[in-house]
Amino acid sequence: MAQPLVKKDDDRDDEAEYSPFLGIEKGSVLQEARVFNDPQLDARRCSQVITKLLYLLNQGETFTKVEATEVFFAVTKLFQSKDMGLRRMVYLMIKEISPSADEVIIVTSSLMKDMNSKIDMYRANAIRVLCRITDGTLLAQIERYLKQAIVDKNPVVASAALISGIHLLQTNPEIVKRWSNEVQEAVQSRAALVQFHALALLHQIRQNDRLAVSKLVTSLTRGSVRSPLAQCLLIRYTSQVIRESGNNTQSGERPFYDYLESCLRHKSEMVIFEAARAITELNGVTSRELTPAITVLQLFLSSSKPVLRFAAVRTLNKVAMTHPMAVTNCNIDMESLISDQNRSIATLAITTLLKTGNESSVDRLMKQITNFMSDIADEFKIVVVEAIRSLCLKFPLKYRSLMNFLSNILREEGGFDYKKAIVDSIVILIRDIPDAKEAGLLHLCEFIEDCEFTYLSTQILHFLGIEGPKTSDPSKYIRYVYNRVHLENAVVRASAVSTLAKFGAAVDALKPRIFVLLRRCLFDSDDEVRDRATLYLNTIGGDGSVVETDKDVKDFLFGPFDIPLVNLETSLKNYDPSEEAFDIKAVSKEVKSQPLAEKKATGKKPTGLGAPPIGPPSTVDAYERMLSAIPECANFGKLFKSSAPVELTEAETEYAVNVVKHIFDRHVVFQYNCTNTIPEQLLEDVVVIVDASEADEFSVLFSKPLRSLPYDSPGQTFVAFEKPEGVPTFGKFSNILKFIVKEVDPTTGEAEDDGVEDEYQLEDLEVVAADYVLKVGVSNFRNAWESLGPDCERVDEYGLGPRESLAEAVYTVINLLGLQPCEGTEEVPPNSRSHQCLLSGVFIGNVKVLVRLSFGLDGPKDVAMKLAVRSEDETVNDAIHEIVASG
Amino acid sequence: MTDEDTMCSPNDKDLSLSPNLEITETCPSVKNILLLDSDGKRVAVKYFNEDWPTNSAKENFEKVVFTKTQKTNARTEAEIAMFENNIVVYKFVQDLHFFVTGGDNENELILATVLQAFFDSVGLLLRGNVDKKEALENLDLILLCIDEIVDGGIVLETDPNVIAGKVASNSIDSGAPLSEQTLSQALATAREHLARSLLK
Repeated sequence: MAQPLVKKDDDRDDEAEYSPFLGIEKGSVLQEARVFNDPQLDARRCSQVITKLLYLLNQGETFTKVEATEVFFAVTKLFQSKDMGLRRMVYLMIKEISPSADEVIIVTSSLMKDMNSKIDMYRANAIRVLCRITDGTLLAQIERYLKQAIVDKNPVVASAALISGIHLLQTNPEIVKRWSNEVQEAVQSRAALVQFHALALLHQIRQNDRLAVSKLVTSLTRGSVRSPLAQCLLIRYTSQVIRESGNNTQSGERPFYDYLESCLRHKSEMVIFEAARAITELNGVTSRELTPAITVLQLFLSSSKPVLRFAAVRTLNKVAMTHPMAVTNCNIDMESLISDQNRSIATLAITTLLKTGNESSVDRLMKQITNFMSDIADEFKIVVVEAIRSLCLKFPLKYRSLMNFLSNILREEGGFDYKKAIVDSIVILIRDIPDAKEAGLLHLCEFIEDCEFTYLSTQILHFLGIEGPKTSDPSKYIRYVYNRVHLENAVVRASAVSTLAKFGAAVDALKPRIFVLLRRCLFDSDDEVRDRATLYLNTIGGDGSVVETDKDVKDFLFGPFDIPLVNLETSLKNYDPSEEAFDIKAVSKEVKSQPLAEKKATGKKPTGLGAPPIGPPSTVDAYERMLSAIPECANFGKLFKSSAPVELTEAETEYAVNVVKHIFDRHVVFQYNCTNTIPEQLLEDVVVIVDASEADEFSVLFSKPLRSLPYDSPGQTFVAFEKPEGVPTFGKFSNILKFIVKEVDPTTGEAEDDGVEDEYQLEDLEVVAADYVLKVGVSNFRNAWESLGPDCERVDEYGLGPRESLAEAVYTVINLLGLQPCEGTEEVPPNSRSHQCLLSGVFIGNVKVLVRLSFGLDGPKDVAMKLAVRSEDETVNDAIHEIVASG
Repeated sequence: MTDEDTMCSPNDKDLSLSPNLEITETCPSVKNILLLDSDGKRVAVKYFNEDWPTNSAKENFEKVVFTKTQKTNARTEAEIAMFENNIVVYKFVQDLHFFVTGGDNENELILATVLQAFFDSVGLLLRGNVDKKEALENLDLILLCIDEIVDGGIVLETDPNVIAGKVASNSIDSGAPLSEQTLSQALATAREHLARSLLK
């Protein structure tokens, strides 16, 4: 090839680095492209220039709009040449440039001519190019040729047309769907790949028609599908049909299972694997169904091909999550894979073994893993650490060797994510296996002696502060903590001071020594460290005498902080230092998307002189203001919760009414929002008559009618009830809207003087348990749960009966309880057989409630649930259980 | 508090996701085919979907794939690894690194078949002299070869003889690399070269 430019590169040997494209430049290649316009085309030269252009594009070079247009027009000239090789490059170039709609028209006729050429290669490629660049309008013109091409006797042409059909189906489905007959004919083709492409297109055309897909699968699974690729497709379609017909097969044999099983004996490995994988992924697969699939996968494990080993071990790894017993037969083959050259295979093998292994094999396994850990990447190490954690939870008796393993790898080199995974695992083991606590804490102490990650140091210090004082000899941790005050950065020092204070507050015997240490911290160079030391000395130490620390002080200093920071910030901004001291208890704990603009302390009169609130007030704020304007509500105290509006009428009725339930400590107020949708009517003296006969613990206190309700301007009427103090009270209320109707003259808008009394039946309304619960998240569920302790717990188990899915059951229970899901546990991973969900909230009477829900599938559809509630009030625990028991 | 909102969401999710999932899940698809040199530089690459929309995204992916596979021995058998939730199968010869990428749900063996098709047909087209220099000198053949293996992500052909035949048949003109011989001769020598290089 001609070399216009050759750059010298001093570092490299020119001979070895020789490249036909060395020193190539876009500008000069575009110049060269002028040869396309020569009257006497030199096909070879032109091919070379196109190759250079393609090389530039391939290297990430871009052409400007103008450049691309120029190149495109020049390239179209090349259709004059009869040279096949050049034509092939022209096709490639046109596809790479992806011309605009008006440019496409230029080449359309040339391409259409090629589509009807005698030369198969021209026909096939012209179809692919034209379909790639065309839009819908042109498609109608060439549709006839495409249909012909689908049944062309040359397989290359047929495949080109079919693949183009698959692409066009995305943009022009209505046209492609008309080709069904031809495509169906092509499915019967003797050419293997034509059959594959035809099957793919036919399925996509029919994919929304379940019956048609089912028929297709039925007929093809009986016949012979030639190409392995087509066979793979058919297996995928078959599992889809099985999945969709899922429900009615519980009793007998699964339809098409025999077909999948027969594919396990196919001669192509691709098909065998596809079928094996399909079987393992069947919904609710039985161990009998699994066995043949596991057997072929096991054979793959000892294949000489890494791809085959990887595919098999990856599939078995997934199976081990749900059916560990089915995979145990492969354990010996799996163990030999631990030393596999391919680290992905080795890691998958190890994690599978950790899932399927039994207690006696743990020690041996750990030895093998230790040798293997040093030469794998961090991301694999994390996978191993997580697998070891779950293994340890499964076999708590083995904690010693597993904990040792974790502490050993903690000392080795590693990045943050890896170290964090190890620390998290140790923390979880300490929490769940009491015997492992002391050893685990010491491992963590040693780790922070030489830890480069501030985040991990502070987390561990915090954890030490909680767990350390509860051990048999808290004093031995003090040294590690105090060392931090000397050796670390300010963030870690401040954290260490807090940890020291926690030991001091919890262990009286240590108080004098802690005070000495804290006093030394008063001279720290960082103000946060000094402030903390001062605060702790004053609150815990008092006058220096050793007294038991008050529970309130402990709660204040170390209790969980459950006020959303946004709310606290707003309250602090609004706080006027000249008035009474700031009361943190007055800050709302409810998580709101909008910040609260203003908050009135109870019993305080609205000043009325303050600046008007900026922007629309949040709903809670608006409700509070609205209610405080009703004199009868003045002594109700602080509003606990307002529900979302509940519609009491159908949409598009004459009168639209919804209700908001406001819950107070001893009262409930229903706020009926009414809208009159009839222009010819004016309503007066609107009131809701509430029948509380099915809510006997509620007694009506007052009802506040709405004077007048003109067309399309909503108004409110209120009904207030008294209820037993501080406890959740439930009931069902039926409502009738009563009012006086006056005719309105639509031309003048004047209402007549005389009205008619009328009433309108509304839907019933219920006060339920969820109305007494605030959705309040906790920052660290585990800590909060631990701090309440098992004494405040009530556990019970419930059968939820047959459910659509696990996720649906979880969702229903969360809604029923009206609590805030924590740590993303409301999401149920697909195909899981069990799930744990953490919820938190505040019950009326300001009682914090934490709930741990464990769901499990019991049989094919039945869901069982274990509900553990912790709160400081036993009656609240009972109330939560009552919600579920009655729900 | 927004009961209505949360109530709708699970259903909405199902509805919106299912049609897309079917298309992508049911038809085997290839996300890209890469041919890099022993420094990780591009010889020829082709991307079939929008997972890597910019050139720098593409280059990053190539860099990660190259550096993480560089030290493995993928010269006798194709190797496999996962990156960014993609499966990558790869094979090296001389100073050339062949890669084929697919989604993490793809049948690994289908991707391996595509890789083998690419690898073998390049071997045939370069008549057994598979190295970077030869590949660049015949870049047109390499690009046509990729074009004949996968179209828009869908596997077009997997038989190396057919692929090489389709590519080479286009090059019968004076002076093109295979011109001195007839096509069948060219393929025969190519196969012989290939067989010999395998025996070494």
